[in-house]
Amino acid sequence: MPSLDATLLLIAAWLAIGLAGMLAPRSLRLASRVLFPGGAVAGLALAAVALQAIFGSPASRVLPLGLPDLPFHARIDALSAFFLLLLGAVAAGISTFACGYLRAGEGQPPGLQCLCYHAFLASMAAVLVADDAYFFMVAWETMALSSFFLVTSDHRHAEIRRAGYLYLLIAHLGAISILLCFGALQAGTGDYTFDAMRRIEQPAGWATVAFLLALAGFGAKAGVVPLHVWLPEAHPAAPSPVSALMSAVMLKTAVYGMLRVTLDLIGLPLWWWGVIALAAGLVSALFGIVFAAVQTDMKRLLAYSSIENIGLIMSGFGLTLLFRGFSMGTLAALALTATLYHCLNHAFFKSLLFLSAGSVLHATRERSLDRLGGLIQRMPWVAWCALVGTVAIAGLPPLNGFVSEWLLLQAFLFTPGLPHAYMNMLVPIAAAAIALAAALSGYVMVKFYGVIFLGQPREARLSETHDAGPWERTGLLWLAAGCVALGLAPVTVISLLDPITRSATGYGIGSHAGSWLFLAPIEPQRASYSPLLFFVVATLLVVVTWLSVRVFYHGRVRRSGPWDCGFPHLDARMQDTAEGFGQPVRHIFEPFFRVTLETPSPLDSRPRYRDLVEDRLWYWLYLPVARAVERVTVLVTVLQRGRISVYLMYSFATLLLLLLFVR
Amino acid sequence: MLQHFGPQVINLLAAVLLLLAFAMLSQRRILSLINLFAAQGFVLFLSTALVAALTDQKHLYVSAAVTLVLKVTLLPWILHRLIRRLNVKWDVETLINIPTTMLVGILLVILAFNLAAPISQLAGTVTRSTLGIALASMLLSFMMMITRSKAVPQVIGFLSMENGLFFAATAAVYGMPMVVELGVALDVLVAALILGIFIFEIRERFDTLDTRHLEKLKEH
Repeated sequence: MPSLDATLLLIAAWLAIGLAGMLAPRSLRLASRVLFPGGAVAGLALAAVALQAIFGSPASRVLPLGLPDLPFHARIDALSAFFLLLLGAVAAGISTFACGYLRAGEGQPPGLQCLCYHAFLASMAAVLVADDAYFFMVAWETMALSSFFLVTSDHRHAEIRRAGYLYLLIAHLGAISILLCFGALQAGTGDYTFDAMRRIEQPAGWATVAFLLALAGFGAKAGVVPLHVWLPEAHPAAPSPVSALMSAVMLKTAVYGMLRVTLDLIGLPLWWWGVIALAAGLVSALFGIVFAAVQTDMKRLLAYSSIENIGLIMSGFGLTLLFRGFSMGTLAALALTATLYHCLNHAFFKSLLFLSAGSVLHATRERSLDRLGGLIQRMPWVAWCALVGTVAIAGLPPLNGFVSEWLLLQAFLFTPGLPHAYMNMLVPIAAAAIALAAALSGYVMVKFYGVIFLGQPREARLSETHDAGPWERTGLLWLAAGCVALGLAPVTVISLLDPITRSATGYGIGSHAGSWLFLAPIEPQRASYSPLLFFVVATLLVVVTWLSVRVFYHGRVRRSGPWDCGFPHLDARMQDTAEGFGQPVRHIFEPFFRVTLETPSPLDSRPRYRDLVEDRLWYWLYLPVARAVERVTVLVTVLQRGRISVYLMYSFATLLLLLLFVR
Repeated sequence: MLQHFGPQVINLLAAVLLLLAFAMLSQRRILSLINLFAAQGFVLFLSTALVAALTDQKHLYVSAAVTLVLKVTLLPWILHRLIRRLNVKWDVETLINIPTTMLVGILLVILAFNLAAPISQLAGTVTRSTLGIALASMLLSFMMMITRSKAVPQVIGFLSMENGLFFAATAAVYGMPMVVELGVALDVLVAALILGIFIFEIRERFDTLDTRHLEKLKEH
């Protein structure tokens, strides 16, 4: 079966699974034992189909759906196949996890959640295969709405409703921008198929308008600063599998949209677009990670870390445009490879971390880092899987995060070859900012892992928690295995990305990216990396150390109390907290935050310490806009009379006026 | 025979439709209002069936049948049941007195004919002269919705507006495509049901069916 047909069938299968959930909306057994496993299998199948399609030639077809004379067009090429692979592989893990995660009496009934969840998956896949603006927008809006209902699944809490509203608002702003972008791309021909847009040679002015609109629209979905505010609200509000799916896959569909519009539909970008994307990416990366460092809620922390990763992806994208604009093909291919590689990596490790956070949340009913601790004793499976994700996201070899960040830095280090003097001076600063973000992300992840899983339990009831069930473990293990595989076999992955970079930039780095053992993206003399060798050496060192300890250590254990500085009552609450861990970052990056601090007076008998770290952009950008809108609406309320007759009068008068007008 | 008298009969039916619209505008009793609405539906059914026979369009027979079932029996039955359960058979209070309303109505009819004249020139159907009447009866029903203060007559006005639209569709272009027509019929049914629920809610909250009391809901 051709891969496009198979993909469309799998999308239909996801929809059917979702609808099947409505047969018995209250049945937890049906949803968690039949439908979600079915969804996971469909995800795996989609990944397999997409893997084949990457190397196949582009295929397209007209679907018998849509409006009369305006049918849906679908197309699969290397770029969409790659993102379908990402979607399928990650969704398989998340769906498996969700089988064990669903509980009776939490949020919406399971059947309804099943419907929204699978509609979300199907619409994301539909976005990736859409080949005309109409189908794309339908799928895009379905994605936004289904994820909105998933986010507000626990809608009894006011703050969750608020988060959902904010998310929907920004999603709609983004959608309007994307719609206008397609309007600019069709160049007055009235033909909204992507095929027609590819053929049109855009004048530079309109191409720039389309690019800026696409950047704003897709950036709103991806969470690029300053359109990021929904992300740290919506991700913690959603159930954990949904946060994982949103962060791992939905943000990537926005990246896909950006790549599709700029590299495929517009064709040849101007170099300075790259500078804008690069700047937005760098700001997002630094902003995200600095805010992640001061969070005390584990899912908010992960959400801010998603902003950072999207920032890294965006700066890779900007670099691609920059090189492409100066027609430096090989380097553009390198930057694009790094961008796509990081998309794949982030999908795996971020979903792994969100799911681990979900397991912790279910086991302890606690999201605040300051009330967790020592969980590695109680939840070894979750803890070890989360460790893999933590090491990967911190960018340590031999896991996957290192490979893509290394490739990205390699791409940055080639910028001195740019034929533009100012760029040559500025881009190294950008490289330094990327390095800073990468280092800070290591810091944040030490905090995340250390405070949750290591040390002593900070609350007494944590000693009664239990480990994740078999379904959850399987999902976590699948994603962890993905992180390890992507880290150990970079050359294979890069050869997967080769068809994409070839079609987008005309060059590929896969063929000469080195042997099976060494990854050398440009040339071996410059830089090369061998994860397998690193892994073997690291393992050997550990084994040798362990053996030598076994051989030479005398084995007599002496147990005694720890050194307590002369203070005899040490307890778990004296450990370093998440708050304390983030303190240095809060001081160094003071101008980023708006801090409200309440310190108790020394004479207070019941001292309370409170500090609130907020986003300045909220006060500088969002609230002024909201107030302005409110002022304008006050003017409009004059029309509100509260009488039906008057309202009918309005429509009647409008009708008569229009009739007279058309006459 | 049919070909000869058909267009004349359609013109006659159109005139009856307009007359009924005026009758509804001036009617004070809700019960008679419903009966007038049913009568209007019946006229609509007759004219649609006649157009179908004249032009030999199969799908118009279906829409005639839908009209008969929906507008002559089902909707009046729902409305009858509604007012029985609400126990509102008393006279309708209008916002503007009836003679003024009638005068405004006549002006509207003139306006409608004036507006429809150029369109009628374009339409090549046997029924084109009736377009003005269709538009007029639609505007009159709209007018009725504005001048009544109680909820039930407003609902009837809304439903009868759809009658005018439907008549316009058959008059100007021999009906809409079947899908659209069925969709509109379903919409009307759903609207009647939803508005029925609204009416109950309004009475529940305000102890009256007078929509003027909804003014309390205004934001200050």
